[in-house]
Amino acid sequence: MTATTAEKDSSQKSAKKSAGAANAIQLEKVGEVLVITFDDPDAKVNTLSEKFSAELKDAFDALLNDHEVKAGVLISGKKDGFIAGADIKMLQACRSAQEVERLSRDMQAELDKLESSKKPVVAAIHGQALGGGLEVALACHYRICTEHKKTVMGLPEVMLGLLPGGGGTQRLPRLVGIQAALDMMLTGKNIRPKKAKKMGLVDEVVLPYGLREVAIEAAQKLAAGTLKHKERELSPQDRALEDNFAGRAIVFRQARAMVEKQTNGLYPAPFAIIDVVEHGMNKGMKKGLEEESRRFGELGMTPESASLMSLFFGQTALKKNRFGKPDVATQTVGVLGAGLMGAGIAMVSTMKGYRVHLKDISYEGLGRGRKQIWDELDRRRKRKAMTAFERDQTMANVVAQLDYAGFNNCDVVIEAVFEDLKLKHRVIEEVEQHIHDDCVFASNTSALPITDIAQASKRPENVVGMHYFSPVHKMPLLEVIVTDKTSKKASALAVDVGLKQGKTVIVVKDGPGFYTTRILAPYMDEAAVIGMEGVEFHRFDQIMKDFGFPVGPIALLDEVGIDVGAHVAKDMAPFFKDRMAAADSDALDAMVKAGFLGRKSKKGFFLYDQGPKKKDAAHQIVSMLKKAVGQGDEGKPINPGALEIFKAHGGKSGGKVDVTEIQHRMAMRMVNEAVMCLEDGILDNPVDGDIGAVFGLGFPPFRGGPFRYVDSIGAGRAVSILEKLADKYGKRFAPTGLLVEHAKSGKKFHPDAK
Amino acid sequence: MAKKAPKVTKGREAVLVAGSRTPFLKSNGAYRPFMAHDLGRFAVQGLFERTGLDPALIELVVMGTVVQDPRTSNVAREIALGAQVPQRVPAFTTTLACISANVAATTCVEHIRAGQVDVALCGGTETFSDPPIRLSKNLRQALVKLQKAKGPADYLAILGQLSPKDVIPDIPSASEFSTGLTMGQGCERLARRWGVTREETDEFAARSHVLADRAWKEGLLAEEVAPVQLPPKFDTVDKDNGPRGDTTVEGLAKLKPAFDKKHGIITAGSSSFLTDGASAVLLMAEERASELGYDAKAKIKDYTYGAGDPLEELLMGPAFTIPVLLERNGLSVDDVDVWEIHEAFAAQMVANLRALKDDTFAKERLGMKKAIGEIPLEKLNVWGGSVSVGHPFGATGGRLLTTAAHRLNLSGKKYAVVAGCAAGGQGSAILLENAQL
Repeated sequence: MTATTAEKDSSQKSAKKSAGAANAIQLEKVGEVLVITFDDPDAKVNTLSEKFSAELKDAFDALLNDHEVKAGVLISGKKDGFIAGADIKMLQACRSAQEVERLSRDMQAELDKLESSKKPVVAAIHGQALGGGLEVALACHYRICTEHKKTVMGLPEVMLGLLPGGGGTQRLPRLVGIQAALDMMLTGKNIRPKKAKKMGLVDEVVLPYGLREVAIEAAQKLAAGTLKHKERELSPQDRALEDNFAGRAIVFRQARAMVEKQTNGLYPAPFAIIDVVEHGMNKGMKKGLEEESRRFGELGMTPESASLMSLFFGQTALKKNRFGKPDVATQTVGVLGAGLMGAGIAMVSTMKGYRVHLKDISYEGLGRGRKQIWDELDRRRKRKAMTAFERDQTMANVVAQLDYAGFNNCDVVIEAVFEDLKLKHRVIEEVEQHIHDDCVFASNTSALPITDIAQASKRPENVVGMHYFSPVHKMPLLEVIVTDKTSKKASALAVDVGLKQGKTVIVVKDGPGFYTTRILAPYMDEAAVIGMEGVEFHRFDQIMKDFGFPVGPIALLDEVGIDVGAHVAKDMAPFFKDRMAAADSDALDAMVKAGFLGRKSKKGFFLYDQGPKKKDAAHQIVSMLKKAVGQGDEGKPINPGALEIFKAHGGKSGGKVDVTEIQHRMAMRMVNEAVMCLEDGILDNPVDGDIGAVFGLGFPPFRGGPFRYVDSIGAGRAVSILEKLADKYGKRFAPTGLLVEHAKSGKKFHPDAK
Repeated sequence: MAKKAPKVTKGREAVLVAGSRTPFLKSNGAYRPFMAHDLGRFAVQGLFERTGLDPALIELVVMGTVVQDPRTSNVAREIALGAQVPQRVPAFTTTLACISANVAATTCVEHIRAGQVDVALCGGTETFSDPPIRLSKNLRQALVKLQKAKGPADYLAILGQLSPKDVIPDIPSASEFSTGLTMGQGCERLARRWGVTREETDEFAARSHVLADRAWKEGLLAEEVAPVQLPPKFDTVDKDNGPRGDTTVEGLAKLKPAFDKKHGIITAGSSSFLTDGASAVLLMAEERASELGYDAKAKIKDYTYGAGDPLEELLMGPAFTIPVLLERNGLSVDDVDVWEIHEAFAAQMVANLRALKDDTFAKERLGMKKAIGEIPLEKLNVWGGSVSVGHPFGATGGRLLTTAAHRLNLSGKKYAVVAGCAAGGQGSAILLENAQL
C-alpha cells in the first residue's frame, strides 16, 4: 500500500520547482495552505539532520511571513515514512554536554515558533513518526494519521539512553496525560493509529489514500474556525491523579519505583525523563523545556548513552547482508524437529510470510510444537495485534508433517533435533535425499562444530550453522556459523533468511562453541565455582543483575537446562583445558541424575510452579509487607535437593561475599574469552562481538558489550583486574594476548570510543 | 425418457492426484467449537501435509457445503484464504445437498477440460454442531420494524403484535421444502414402494459398520484421512468415530423406528447420522500432473446429473443416473469393479440396488430396454459408507472420490463409479478410470 498517487504527483511537481538544489523540504502553496513536504532525496527515510533543520527554519519562516498563507500542512514525500527521528550522528559529533544541549535548544526554538503560530498547522502522518519526528507533529495544532500497518508513533529516545529533547517531554503529557506520556517515553513503544486516536495523540485516523487532500481541507477549516482540536477529556481517576500536585506526586513516585525495579537503577535516562516531566508539570512549560535541554545535554555525554547508541549503530549495520543479496528469494523453509527451538524457528518464519514444512517424528511432537506457535499467536490476537483469521492463516503456513513431502520446495532446511552428532549425521543424510542441490542445510546447534556436522553431507558447501536463542520469538539474535567449506552463496542465503525472520544476525567462524556459547562457557564455569564457594543463589543472581545482566547466572542455567549446560561443558572441556576451572562438573551430573534439569523439569537450582500457589491470607500479607519495605518477593524457592548435591560435592555455605570481585570474576572471564575469539578469527570484528553478547547472552546493554566495556574501563585496567584474579584463582584468568597488546598500545577496539 | 447421451468429449483429461479428509466425527463432538470453514481448511491443510503441494500451483478452488453459516456464505473463499491458497486464486461454493462436493469436483473437471485451469482444488465441508438457528418469521419482521420505530408507543404497538410462540426459534430440519417431508419420511415411503424389509435394511447397516471398522483396522482409511490437531490444545484426532465393529443385525433389530413409529423400518442405527467433517481433493490436467511429477490416481472420465419427482423419487439418484452413465460410456455393470455409492439410509441403498436391476423401472423411467442388473455387494462400499463413516453433507462427495480412486489403485481394476442422491429428488454418478494401470 502506498501513499496516494496524488501525493506522489504533487511531490514530483514540487521537486521540479526546486530543481537544482536537492532540498530536503519542498514548499507548495495550495490556495491559502502552505504544504511543507519532507522528502530528503539523499536518504531512504527522513531524519532530522543538520540540512533538515536549516531548511525547516526557512519553511517555518515562509509559513509565518507569507501573508497569503493562512494555514500549513506538514507531510512526508516518502512512500511509507513520516520522519524516523533525529540524526543520531549529530549527537555523536558533539564533544560536550553544552553542544548536545544546544542541539535540543535549537530544535525547541523552531518548534516553539511553530506551536505559537496563529496560523494553524496540520501534521499529516503516514508511516513512522518517531522521536524528533513525533515531536515535530506534537508542536502542530492538529494531527491526522493514516490507518496503515506502517504508521506508528513513538518516542524511543530512552532506548538510546536519551530523553526526547525537542519539547516531547513537555508537549506529550499535556496532550495525552502524564501517565500515558510516561508510559510512551519510558518504554519507547510504538503507538498504532487506533490507539493514538483513543489516547488523543492524533485528532483523526484516515484512509491511507488521499491523506494530503484531507490534511489540506483540515488546515483550511482550522483557519476558518470551522474545525477545532478537541482537548482530551480527563477521566475522574486521571483528574484525581494528574490535575493536582499531590496526585502527580503519587504518579511520579510510582513511575520511579517501577523504573528502579526494572532497571536495577542502572540506567539514568528513564529517571531523567520522569524528573523533566515532573519539573515541567509543576513549574510550567518554559521551565520544563529548559530542564529538558539541560538533562538532554547531560545524558548525551553519559557512557550509558554512548554504549546504547553504539549498539543501535551496530544493529543497523548488521541489517545489511555482508555476503550480498542471495541468488534466490527464499519462500519455503524446512524445519526438522518441532521441539521448543524448532517450533520457535517455524514461528518466526511463518510470521514473516515464509511457508514452513515442519517435520517431527510423531503427532505428539507436532501438536506440542503447533500449540507453542498458536499460544503465542493467540496472545497477539488477544492484544489485538492480529485477528483470529490472521492467526489461523499464520498457522496454516506451517505444514506439520511426519515425512519429507514438499521438502523439495525448500531453499533452506534448519534442523533443530537433539544435540547429538550421530543423530545430526543421520538427519543430514536422510534429508539430503529429499532436498534440491542448492538447498542450504542449517544446523541449529549451540555447540557442536558445524565442520563435524558437515562431514555427513554430500554438499558441505551448503552447510551452515544457524544458532537461535530461546525463546526464539523473543531473543533478537541469530548467530550464523560458516565453515571453511561453506559457500558464499549459502552464507548469503542463511543471513538473508535470518534477517527476514527479524533477527539481528552476526556471522562467525566455526569453532568449539562458536562465539556466544564459547564466551558463555567460562562465565557459567565461574558461576559453578562461585556457587560451590557458598554464595547463596538468590544473592548471587542479584549481584550479577546489579552488574546489569537481565537474569542471574543460576536462574540462567535453570532456563537453559542443567543437562544442556553439563553436556556443553563436557563437550568443550578438552578445548578449554586449563582455562576451565577446577569446578566439579560431577555436581552438575548429579543434578541431572536427580532429575533437576531446570525450569523444564520444574526443579533445578530453584523450584518452579510447585502445585497451586499459596494464596492464603497470611502469605499475602507477608508478601505485601515485603513489597512495602522494598524487599520485594524473594522469588522462587531454592531447591533443597540441589543444595544437598552441592554440599555432597564439597560445596561450602555462608562466608564473606565480595560483590565487586564476584562481578569481575564473572564478567572478565566472558570478556577475556570474547577478546580471544577476535584474536582467533572466530569473530570478524568487535561490533559483532558486542552485539552477540548483548542480544544473545544479555551482557549489560548499557556497557555496550565486552569490547565496548574494555574500551570504557581501558584495556590496561582490564588486564590488571585479570592478572590480580589470576594470582588469586589461577590460570583461567590469564589475560589473552590481544588484550595485553591493547593495554600496551592504548589502542581501542572501537575507533570511535571516547 | 433416457437422457440423450452426448458424445464424451475427447481432449484434455482431468485426473485425481490426491484426496484427503478430516476424520469424520459425530456432531457436537471435538469439532463443536469450529465453523465449517475451519473444518474445510483443516482438510485442505491435511492435503498439503500429505502431498507437500505448493499452494501457489492452485488456480481454482471449489468447495461444496449445504447448511450455510450466513457469515461465511461463500465458504470456499474463506477456506482457501485460511489455508494459505494464494489470494489471487478464485474460490466459489457449490451447493447441491448431499452431492455438493460431487458438483464441486465436476465443476473443476470442466474447468480443466476447457483449458481454463490446470490445477484445481475441490471438496466440501459441513458442520451440524452449529446450525444457523433463526428467529421466527414474525419476530424477525418485528425486529426489522423496531429499527424504524419512533418512541415507546411504536415499540409497544410492534411488540404487541407478537404472540408467545413467536419467540420459539426456527430450527432447520432435513426436510424437503417442496413436499414438507423429512428425509426419513421420504425414505420410509421409498422403502415401502420398493418392498424393502427391516431385515434387509439392518443387514446392510450392520455390513456398513463392520466393513468400515475393518478398513480402519487394516489401515486403509488411515491413508486417506489426515489427522487434525485442534487448537487450543492440539490433541490429535486421527479416526472417524462413527464405525462400530461390533454392530450386529440382532442388535440393530432391537432399535425403534425413528421416523414412522408404527409401521416404519428405518432406525437411527440404519441411517447416516449428523456428522461434522470436510474433504479436499486435488485435480489436475493430466499432462500438468506428470509435468509436476505427480502420479495421478484416477482419471475422471465422465459424469452425469439427473433429477426426478422430489416426492416419489427422493433418494433414488443412483438408480436414475448410474444407467445413463454406463450407457453413454458403453459400459456394463461387469466392467465396473469399484462402486462407491452414498448411503443416506440403508433402506435407500437396498431400494436403489433393487431399482437398478428392475427392467420395468429401466423401461418406464429411463427409456432403456433393460436394467443394468445387479451390483455385486463385494464391489460396493467395501470400506464402509455414510451409514457407518458418517455423512457431513457437503464433504461426502470428496470422501467417495478419494476412496474410489484409492480402491482402484489397490485393486488394479479399471473402472469405478461414484454415485449419490440428493435432496430435491436429484442425483449424480461419476466415472473414474484407474490412472496407475
